[in-house]
Amino acid sequence: MSANLFDKVWELHRVGTLPSGRDQLFVGLHLVHEVTSPQAFAMLAERGLGVAFPGRTFATCDHIVPTDDQGRPFKDPQAEAMMSALEANAALSGLEFFGLDSGRQGIVHVIGPELGLTQPGMTIACGDSHTSTHGAFGAIAFGVGTSQVRDLLATQTLAMDRPKVRKISVEGSLGKGVGAKDLILYILSRLGVEGGIGFAYEYAGSAVRSLGMEARMTLCNMSIEGGARAGYVSPDEKTFEYLLGRPYAPAGADWDRALAFWRSVASDENSSFDDRVELEAEAVEPMVTWGINPGQGIPVSQSMPRVAELPPERREGARAAYAHMGFAEGESIAGKKIDVAFIGSCTNGRISDLREAAAVVVGRKVAPGVRALVVPGSMAVAAQAKDEGLDAVFLEAGFEFRRAGCSMCLAMNPDRLEGTQVCASSSNRNFIGRQGSSLGRTLLMSPAMVAAAAVSGEVVDIRRL
Amino acid sequence: MARDVERRAKLVGRGLPLREDDVDTDRIIPARFMKGVSFEGLGDHVFRDARFDEVGRPKDHPFNESRFSGASILIVNRNFGCGSSREHAPQALARAGIAALVGESFAEIFAGNCVSLGLPAVTISAVAVRELQDLVEADPSLLVELDLEAKEVRAGGRRFALSMPESHRRALVSGLWDSTSELLPGLGAARELAETLPYINWSRPSP
Repeated sequence: MSANLFDKVWELHRVGTLPSGRDQLFVGLHLVHEVTSPQAFAMLAERGLGVAFPGRTFATCDHIVPTDDQGRPFKDPQAEAMMSALEANAALSGLEFFGLDSGRQGIVHVIGPELGLTQPGMTIACGDSHTSTHGAFGAIAFGVGTSQVRDLLATQTLAMDRPKVRKISVEGSLGKGVGAKDLILYILSRLGVEGGIGFAYEYAGSAVRSLGMEARMTLCNMSIEGGARAGYVSPDEKTFEYLLGRPYAPAGADWDRALAFWRSVASDENSSFDDRVELEAEAVEPMVTWGINPGQGIPVSQSMPRVAELPPERREGARAAYAHMGFAEGESIAGKKIDVAFIGSCTNGRISDLREAAAVVVGRKVAPGVRALVVPGSMAVAAQAKDEGLDAVFLEAGFEFRRAGCSMCLAMNPDRLEGTQVCASSSNRNFIGRQGSSLGRTLLMSPAMVAAAAVSGEVVDIRRL
Repeated sequence: MARDVERRAKLVGRGLPLREDDVDTDRIIPARFMKGVSFEGLGDHVFRDARFDEVGRPKDHPFNESRFSGASILIVNRNFGCGSSREHAPQALARAGIAALVGESFAEIFAGNCVSLGLPAVTISAVAVRELQDLVEADPSLLVELDLEAKEVRAGGRRFALSMPESHRRALVSGLWDSTSELLPGLGAARELAETLPYINWSRPSP
């Protein structure tokens, strides 16, 4: 019997069956940040419980940290209170904490892989829906709520029903100017934002194999936008090569043991799946969202859909989207003016994303009237970008080059849209109000496309720049 | 340690129809209200930007309608609670008086968070949702009854078959929905299992 990675890893971590019928699942790596954990630590204390496996829980701060002046106390007293709570909770429970003075702080889904904490064959959880990112390494990674953060702190386990597994195979080669962000936006436009409910996604096929690790992270990151609780890529030589020498990756004799284990959890050839979807890489173009959920994306060369031509179940959502966006049916998405360009987030805030954007920006200037920001995903990404001179490329062009954090992806820090601004964004969600203004409008696209929009002042096809 | 043993097998209340697909958790509770270290006060901000414009004037929204005030059963459409995993969303709904949700489908993290709070989120067919929303719209005083044992939603003489993950139903009906209480007895077994995991004792870097 051939097994897929998901089933192997789940079985390996299954402690037993609970009275409710759910499985008790051991979690190998628990990541904690300042927004969804303080209530969990408080509930733990209220029950007189401690952290069961402090060595398997790591903390950092990302959502609320200012990306300019990070002097303490923070100017925003609420942000300062959250930061202080996390510092105190981590210290009290003996958790390793990657703070602003560690050189290792960053978005939780950027630093996990970068430090080598994220590894194949692990179960990983975090109080953040984009935990699916870590699936890029062949880990089973779930976003959870705060009560489950409490469960994890108290027991290092979760109560979960095993989802079904859908294999999404993408064969062929992605075209020039087309990357992982375009691929996931394409998948979402095809399968819908609810199509993944009840499933974990395995991404496979030659187009996925050919993606580097950071691109695979982008792909897995947005699994949740399709309704899938988790998404993963079975590990291969690229995965192992990425991990070699990372600070928390196994070393010495353990490296060889690790390789054997990691190879053993990969999906077997002819594994069985609950569902399969096959897609052709050549069909994917640079994508842009025009609406208010990440499934409302179209190739940049196309016009926005006419409501009457959409499947009946998508019409009402399309009407609501047009009402908010102020766009008209049948209009071209290319040429839409933008006010803000945001490059960053757990989706696209890694060094390869910054390189991709910088390659577009070099020798060009941000269009008049456009505010353009680069927010590296971590301190390490920022340092690497500076080593390569990318910060100078962005600054020279008129971008702001800020410090690491979640920033304008969800606007919990001072970085936000104002009024009805339109933002070309490399983040993951175009929900109403997501970027901090209830009237703001978000167009999701790849970092290269954001860079192209920034220098053009409007949405453009990267292939024609 | 037994706590929160409170059966949630049957619930009766007035209904609150919210007609929209893909309502995300940013909409339910905008991120700026998550700046805090507790869930207190979130009920005041539920659907804030959908209910009020940028200068605070009320907009058309079922949560603003006096005829639905005091309603405790939220009747929603497809993929409710999608997006962010923030438990602040069901916390805000619960603190605004919502005791249960009936809908066509729910995003999974949201549904799981609801169970963690003892808040049933049950699904009925798309057609049944619309009928129930119409019934409640026509008569906001109508009582909607959730019966997790009989697996049905009843209102105005109509019965709709409900479904939800069996584990969620069992947890709510038995009153054992507090997951930490359910997991703690397995802590010893979890420690034993951890020792069998290949990666558990791999060398860690020196600090």
